[in-house]
Amino acid sequence: MHESAFQIFINALLANNFVLAMFLGLCPFLGVSGRLDTAFPMGVATTFVMLVASLCAYGLNLLLGYFHLEFLRLISYIVIIASAVQLVEMVLKKYSPKLFRALGIYLPLITTNCAVLGVALFQTAREYDFVQSVTFSVGGGAGFTLALVLMASVRERLTLSNVPDLAQGTALSLMLAGILSLSFMGFAGLGG
Amino acid sequence: MTEPSEPSVSAAKVIPIAVAGATPPVPPASPTAPMIRTLGLVSAICGLIIVGAYQGTYDAVAANKRIATERAVFKVIPAAQSIAEYVALPGGGIEPRVGAGDTAPGGVKFFAAYDAGGKLAGIAAEGGAKGYADTVRIMFGYAPDCQCVVGIGVVAMRETPGIGDKIITDKNFLANFNALDVKLKGDLSALANEVRAVKHGAKTSPWQIDAIAGATITSRAVGRAINDSAQVLLPRLVPNLDKLRSKS
Amino acid sequence: MNPSAAGTWDEFMEGVWRQNPVFVMVLGMCPTLAVTVSVVNALSMGVSTMLVLIASCGLVSMMRNITPKEVRIAVYIVIIATFVTVVDYAIQAISLKLYDALGAFIQLIVVNCIILGRAEAHAAKNPPLPAMINAAGMGIGFTIGLLALGTVREVLGAGTLFGVTLFGAGFQPWVIMVLPPGGFFVLGAWLLFFSWLERRKLRRRQAKLVEATQNA
Repeated sequence: MHESAFQIFINALLANNFVLAMFLGLCPFLGVSGRLDTAFPMGVATTFVMLVASLCAYGLNLLLGYFHLEFLRLISYIVIIASAVQLVEMVLKKYSPKLFRALGIYLPLITTNCAVLGVALFQTAREYDFVQSVTFSVGGGAGFTLALVLMASVRERLTLSNVPDLAQGTALSLMLAGILSLSFMGFAGLGG
Repeated sequence: MTEPSEPSVSAAKVIPIAVAGATPPVPPASPTAPMIRTLGLVSAICGLIIVGAYQGTYDAVAANKRIATERAVFKVIPAAQSIAEYVALPGGGIEPRVGAGDTAPGGVKFFAAYDAGGKLAGIAAEGGAKGYADTVRIMFGYAPDCQCVVGIGVVAMRETPGIGDKIITDKNFLANFNALDVKLKGDLSALANEVRAVKHGAKTSPWQIDAIAGATITSRAVGRAINDSAQVLLPRLVPNLDKLRSKS
Repeated sequence: MNPSAAGTWDEFMEGVWRQNPVFVMVLGMCPTLAVTVSVVNALSMGVSTMLVLIASCGLVSMMRNITPKEVRIAVYIVIIATFVTVVDYAIQAISLKLYDALGAFIQLIVVNCIILGRAEAHAAKNPPLPAMINAAGMGIGFTIGLLALGTVREVLGAGTLFGVTLFGAGFQPWVIMVLPPGGFFVLGAWLLFFSWLERRKLRRRQAKLVEATQNA
């Protein structure tokens, strides 16, 4: 397979958007997309964790392959990701306490964001090389941020409109996500 | 560290929050030793469980994988009764593939399929190309006698149900692979004619694939998958075909 | 066990119905939406998750007295990842076809919030048996949720149930249902349905209350 870096990026960003096409990272997508000013930083923080996790996973996979310890892959990935999240948390706390407070409990939750583990697992399954892995993780993170920001903008608008109160809350968010997902299907075939 | 008292049976039926209140308060910071002890213990237990599961399922998983591969190969080469795995090396030679380890860098995996009499029935190889939604991975059968592709099967794809997945059901499309021409050039360096999917109804030569109307992108991916794989594999394989003629 | 039989049943039903992880808590959405294109996938995903849930909660509960709180999350995650690896290999040994259909979502059970949530909220504070019973309830609740989605999506999107064709040749499958947007729509519709049920129950109770006060 000779997927170019550009193709991988576009695919991860739009055609196979992590949230809307692959169903990864839905918990923060539904949880943090209420307001635009937390959605964007959350997306950026997740992207950063993805990048770190992807780099670590790439190195780790080489190591595990060398020792033929593939069956430890999952457990070591998750430990690496948890550590990466901790690292991001500490960096944020030191350099941007304001953002740290704004993201609150969502930061540690990045650990259980399937999108992050998903990046690590998919890049391994598809046997991406170093450059491909990096583009894949950045594209995936950007796609996640894009979905989050789109969703947040729509939901901010919706708070002003008259919605039947039966449909308020998660059900409405899911319907919105469905419509967004429908429109993202139009991007399919773009990276070909 | 003091051991918290065992919650009584009656505590168990209280809702969790009440139980949390009943547990003695944990000291503000535990000493390092118990942390390391617990982490060490957990890692040891988990390590044992994982290794146990890996060893316990290894044979079954390997057998399953072999059966799946055989089934895929038998589908594209119906006469086949048994298969042997080979690797086509970048230098041009071929060698039997042993073990389940990774193939050598640049090597291309393929399968030699033999009929009941132990004679070479065909060669099967995998190929992949970007389709509409994701990579379409296919297996194709190659008949050395006519130097053509004689069948395809899909290994993995995520194409749109009802549109892209016609590549496994559409009879007219599958008819392309009764004898798809993949002859090599005189010097055996590459295919004489690039395999390509052309628009529905525009097929003129035996090396072209008549695409499915409405699923052109997926059809094209199949064409590219065959072409890319064949361009690499066949120049290495064809000079060595005699080594494969009968089952070793 | 006997004195707390009612309590045990309660523990069990908490996950199955009152705190159903899919419909009430809306947790573990990723596998819920991703693998429910067919009933078989939904069922196997539900059962795998349940097995991991029961085993992890049991072990977490057994280790609860020797787990310092600073490292508890690390301990939980390692335990969960272990059992997911076990299930991963077990499914590969049982059926490769199923393994391919579920794809990376088997391994992604690790980050299913339901399991970590149960470990933290329940197993870490209760003895192994109740913890495992509670986990089993949650697992069954999750499976029910997946099946509810899987059935609707398979019947509408492919016109089949357990792979058996339901309708005549004239049936045009509603393909969008087995595509990603369908997952969102069907889950949204189920949530709407449940909030409607809830609403109706509430209104009936209010009516009864009004009646009672009037009679008095």
